This record gives sequence, structure tokens and C-alpha cells, in this order.
Amino acid sequence: MTGRKRTVALAGLFGVGLASLVAGAAWAQEFVDLPHSGQMDLHHPATPVMERLVSLHTGLLWVISLITLFVLGLMLYAMVRFRASRSPTPSTTTHNTLIEVAWTVVPIIILVGIAIPSFRLLYYMDRTKEAGLTLKVTAHQWYWTYEYPDLQLEPIDSYMIKEDEWKKFSDEEKHIRPRLLAVDNPVVVPTGVNVRVLVTSTDVMHAWTVPAFGIKQDAIIGRINETWFNVTKAGLYYGQCSQICGKDHAYMPIAVRAVTKEEFDKWVASKKAANAGSPGSLTDSRPATPAR
Amino acid sequence: MAYGTHAAHGAHEHQDHVPGFFVRWFLSTNHKDIGTLYMVLAATAGIIGGAISIYMRLELMNPGVQLMNWHENPGHHWNAMVTAHGLIMVFFVVMPALIGGFGNWIVPIMIGAPDMAFPRMNNISFWLTAAGFCSLVMSIFIGGGAGTGWTIYVPLSASGHPGPSMDFAIFALHLAGAGSILGAANFITTIFNMRTPGMTLHRMPLMAWAILVTAFLLLLALPVLAGAITMLLTDRNFGTSFFDPAGGGDPLLFLHLFWFFGHPEVYIMILPAFGIVSHIVSTFSRKPIFGYLGMAYAMVAIGVVGFVVWAHHMYTVGMDVDTRAYFMAATMVIAVPTGVKIFSWIATMWGGSLRFPTPMLWALGLIFLFTIGGVTGVVLANAGVDIALHNTYYVVAHFHYVLSLGAVFGIFAGFYYWIGKMSGRQYNELFGQIHFWTTFIGVNLTFFPMHFSGLAGMPRHYIDYPDAFQFWNQMSSTGALITFASTLWWVFVVFHTLLAGRRVGANYWGEGATTLEWTVSSPPPFHTYEELPKVTAAAHH
Ligand SMILES: [Cu+2]
Repeated sequence: MTGRKRTVALAGLFGVGLASLVAGAAWAQEFVDLPHSGQMDLHHPATPVMERLVSLHTGLLWVISLITLFVLGLMLYAMVRFRASRSPTPSTTTHNTLIEVAWTVVPIIILVGIAIPSFRLLYYMDRTKEAGLTLKVTAHQWYWTYEYPDLQLEPIDSYMIKEDEWKKFSDEEKHIRPRLLAVDNPVVVPTGVNVRVLVTSTDVMHAWTVPAFGIKQDAIIGRINETWFNVTKAGLYYGQCSQICGKDHAYMPIAVRAVTKEEFDKWVASKKAANAGSPGSLTDSRPATPAR
Repeated sequence: MAYGTHAAHGAHEHQDHVPGFFVRWFLSTNHKDIGTLYMVLAATAGIIGGAISIYMRLELMNPGVQLMNWHENPGHHWNAMVTAHGLIMVFFVVMPALIGGFGNWIVPIMIGAPDMAFPRMNNISFWLTAAGFCSLVMSIFIGGGAGTGWTIYVPLSASGHPGPSMDFAIFALHLAGAGSILGAANFITTIFNMRTPGMTLHRMPLMAWAILVTAFLLLLALPVLAGAITMLLTDRNFGTSFFDPAGGGDPLLFLHLFWFFGHPEVYIMILPAFGIVSHIVSTFSRKPIFGYLGMAYAMVAIGVVGFVVWAHHMYTVGMDVDTRAYFMAATMVIAVPTGVKIFSWIATMWGGSLRFPTPMLWALGLIFLFTIGGVTGVVLANAGVDIALHNTYYVVAHFHYVLSLGAVFGIFAGFYYWIGKMSGRQYNELFGQIHFWTTFIGVNLTFFPMHFSGLAGMPRHYIDYPDAFQFWNQMSSTGALITFASTLWWVFVVFHTLLAGRRVGANYWGEGATTLEWTVSSPPPFHTYEELPKVTAAAHH
């Protein structure tokens, strides 16, 4: 997969005005994780979980490709070698214990070989023992609400940018904030920190998904599901709701901005200052769980 | 398998007291006529379900919402179309064609039974299914359609869906389910009690084995679905809260119940196709099936294990990690009996004398494409990797490879294999091969790119997608158009066969075709056996 343009480095393109519009702070240049035209593989990993997931998938891809080619080869050989014109008298063999045992045992061995690394990944990705930060994600029809229970920040609602508004973007901005993926408020997280994610819903099922993080967690009313990530590379990461949730299922993307710890602390401080500056804001803001 | 038979073929005339049109087709108790009715239903529903998929693929041809913009609520309309496509294809195309159609038509003849055990129950099974189809079509037009996907997950199918559409869809499943349960009881009784003398279970043709296993899956799985959707119906209309956490219920309960049915359901759809393929490969290799007992018990194993793997559809719902680990291990086990079947088919060809008429092409196509769907199933079984792939187009590709290219190829294989038997007229070989190759190219062009868009992260059930996914989607849509054109061509082939096909005798495939249906005339007399055929162990594997 060489020669693929994975990153969109934007030295200086990401103006202060735009950045402050996006998240209330300025990031001069940013890595952006985007699907690209003709992509044939998973997203580049941005977390240790996704790194392991991708490497297991690569291994599996080899195994299944070889099996498929093996089956295809056998079929083609049989079709050519035993065609009626070349093989006018069929054999009467209907049993061969050795080969029947072989095609039962060999797949079992292959499956055990797959299962071992797979179990390891499953248990590794399940949850984090030491979380540096907790992020609560609440799904609604059709937007996300983000809360930081430890930081006393106001809940942040995150909506998709509507098409007519998106059309007003500059070309550079359209590129890094694509149609159907751009949101008004990306959720901000620090890099290099184990972030525990708690996911729930106030209405129907949704699924909070960030492909580059190896995360997909269903949001279900009456339940809090837990997962985690630790972003290794600062940048802007996109995902899309992955559980059919009604008419605007395609219109509730997820955007996560990962920044260094220092920048994250600055961002939290500025958020708090902004909240303090407008005393009425706590009551004015949209409630995290609106009445339906 | 070769059978020495002593059926009386000379005196068929007086067996053919064919009733008048209305009695024959509306009050039918004849397994062959009911089989034909099922096939007509499946073909009709298939054209509708296929047209819906073309409608969706055209919408997905380009980013943005173009085609469905006429609707006041395009997003919901899209979801309704997805749901209608899924439910129609599963309950009113694949199941009626394979089980109600080929099962009814062929299995009694294959096991030397004069008819099904309960001919009137057979009739009501069909009409319940037909009524279910009407109810489903009504759900599309009354109240804007049920936009939940075929899995009808709560709460979207409960509080998320006011209006009568969802209720009609649920009722459609009730009716189709009741029809299938009755049909299953009928098949089990017929196969256990009405085999002709000498037809022991271990001499029974694999199609009969496939239908037997399928019938048990239906009998055990469908009541669970019926219970789940009944609870959903009362949650929706009568104030219960089985699935509503606000009343102490649990949405996940519905998911578990649904998939306890839903996973066996996928084997219900593919096992009869396995049975058909076994006969076709054996016939056109002029060789008995390799490892007959292994083939039969592989299907039994698939059926049994198929009941204990359901939660692999639910890796992301927040089950605890040990549960996920169990379901992952159990799911992988299914690859073993499936592998036995694939390799046994190839071993049947090995050393044979192979011919490649249209049914053989479909059968070989199924074997190869099902292998692709099978190995991506192994990838998806990995609970860890599935996190990246769940609810993406990778899953759409996977289940269309096993169902659209597995079960549907099985249906077409069976059609070309038996249409001469059923109608007395043979299809045109060139026309059949044109149908195969255009469909083969079309479906692969449609579904293979979906693996890539899925890996790149494109979620399913989306009316619109980020522009980056356009490349693969355009390819898929092009393939879908080719496939649909090919399906319309098949409609022509059907009429051409029935009206102008060459008349054929009892065994038009020759030496390799050894099961009992090839001992009776084409089409078989209205009552197949005046005198039961006797089966001996002659030349049996
Ligand atoms: Cu959603």
C-alpha cells in the first residue's frame, strides 16, 4: 500500500480564526485522518489497539487469501484435468480416510493459530486499568454529547455541519473537514493518555466509532458501555455512527481532535474561563439529555 | 448413489386426474403444485426485492442524495427500502425458493414418497407465506415503511417507530414464520415416516438431508423469533416494557432473542443450496458424492453449532469479554464442517468425468464464491478485528457472498438442473450460460469492492457517504445494474423454456443423475408414484 496519501499536512493553512471556530484554540498544523478514494485497507492506526488490530487483520488476510487461492487452484485443476473429453471414465472412489481426516484436522490447526493472537487482542482492547481521563459520550437522534466527568466542563454537543453551511467553506477547509464528516465541535482529547470512554444513549441505539482508534461501541439506552483509547499521534480523526438509528443515521459523524497534554490543559482552562465569563451559560446550554 | 427401482412407469395416464384451475392452484394439496406456487412467489418477490436494491444502488452511485429526494423524508425512505429489501430477500425469496420450492417439489420424489405427510398443512404453509408477503408490501406503503433494517433492533423498532408500518412488518414475520414452522413439521414427518422401502437415512439423498436439517433449524429457531416479535408488538401497542429499560426491560434481550433465531436463519438459507450443489456436482462429475456420510453429518454439525454462535453479531453491544471470547471460539468451529463440504465437493470432481452445463456452472460458482464469503466470515468471527468491520460494508460484502452468491446461486443451479424435470421442457443452453456469466460478473463487481469500502470504514445503512467512498460505490452500482439486467434476462429464459423449450425424457442428464426423480417422467405424473419404488444398496458408496 505504498504511495497512498494518508495524511493531510496543513502547515499554516489552518488559520487561527478557523481553529478557534472549531474548538476555541489554535493548532497551526494538524494531521487529519480521512478515508481516501480507492482505499483498500483499514485506516492507519492511531492507537496501540488499532496497531494490533491492523497487524492481526493483515495476518488473517494472508491466511484467507492463501486458502481461497488454494481452493480456486484445486477447482481449476480438477476442471481442466478431469473434463469429460480428457477423462472419459470416471473413477469410483468415494472415500479416503486419510484425506478426510486431513481436511478436518488441518483447518482446526489453522483456526487455533488464528484464535491465539485473536484472544490476546480481544482481552487487550477490552478496557483500560489505569485511565488518565474519562470521556462520557451520549448519543442522541442525531448528534453526540461529550462530557468530561472529572473536569467540571459543560457538556459539549457535536452536530454535523449541514450541507448548505459546508458549501461556504474554503477549498482547504473542505478538504480537511469533508462533507458528512465535518462537525461543529470535535471532541478534544490529550495524546499519550489512556482515555476511558463511557458510551450511552438517550433514545435508539447508535454506535460511537473512530476507525483509526479501533473503536466501535454501541450506545444503548439504560446501559453504559466502556471502551478505551490512547492516541499516539496528535491530529483530527473522523468516524461515523455505526448503528442504524433513524432518518439521519448518515448525518451524525464523530470528530476527535487529539492534542498534546499541554495543549489539552490550555484548552480545558480556556473552556473553564469561557464558562465562568458567562455565568448564565450553564443554564442556557442545551441539556445533555433532552426530554424527548 | 444409484438405486435399483421398480416403479411402475407404464400406467401414468390414470394417475393424472388433474383438478380444475381454481382447485388445483388455490386449494392445492399436491406437493409439486405447492412447490410451483412457492417458486412463483419467490420469483415475484425476487424481482421486487431486486428492483429495490437497484433503486438503492442507483442512489449510492454518486455522493449526495439524488434519486430519493422526491420523498419528503429521504433518510427514512432509504431505511425503509433497506429493510424491505432484506426482509423480502430472506423471508420471501430465498426461503420460499429453496425450502418451499425445491424442498416441496423434489424431496418427496427423491425419498420415494407419494406426497408430503400433511398435504393440506402444506397448502396453508404456502398461503401463510403469501399473506406474509402481502403484509410486508403493505408495511412499505402504509405509514412510510419500517426503517429499521431486517434486524428490527429495539428501541428503533419500538419507541423509534410510531405508526402502523412496523406493526405490518412484524405481522408479516409472524405469518411467514408460522408458515415456515408448519412447513418444517411437515418436512420432518415426511422425511422420517414416508421414505420408500429400502431408503434408509444413510442412503437418503443429500438434498433430503439438507432439508431435514433445515427443518429442524426452522422448528427450533422460528418460535424464538415469534416470541421476540410478539413481545415487541406488545411493547409497541399494549404498554408492556420487555425491551424498555424505563420499565425494567432490556433492549439487549431483544438482540439476543433475534440472533438466536437470526444466526440459524443464515444456515436455513444456505443448507438447501448445499444439498442442491451436492447433487449437481455428483451428476456432472458422473461420480457418487465423495464422503457421503461426512457430507450429511457436516450439515448436522453446522446446524447444531449454528445454534450456539448467535452473539457474534453483537460484539459491539457491550457484552463482557469472556462471553465474546466464547462466541468467537464457537463461531470459528463452524469453519471446520463447512471446509469438509467444500473439499468434499472438490473431491467429488476429482477423478470424475466433468461436463459443464449451466447448472454445473452455477454450482461451481457457488463453491468458489461461498468460499470467499466463508473466509471473510472467519475474519469477522474475530471479536477484536470485528470492531473495525462491524456494521461496515465489509459485513455487507460478506453476507452477500454467502447468501446472494451462495444461496441465490444455489437457487439458479437448482432451477437449471430441475426445470426440465419440473416442466418437461429444457432451457436453452446458450441462454443459460449467458445468464450465468453476466450474473457472475455482475455480482462480483457489485460485492467485491464492498470489502474495500468496508475496510476503509464506510458504515452500512447510509443513504449518503463521504465523497472518498465514491470510487468503490460506483463500481458496486455498475455491477448491480449488470446483475439486474441479467436477472431480467433470466425472466426471458424462464418464459422461453416454458413456451418453446425442447421436450425432454425422464433422465435428460444421463448416467450421472441417479436419484429417484430421474426415474419418473418429465414432468412427473400428477401423483408421482402409483407404486412405491424400492431402493437397494446397489453401488451405494
Ligand atoms: Cu446514530
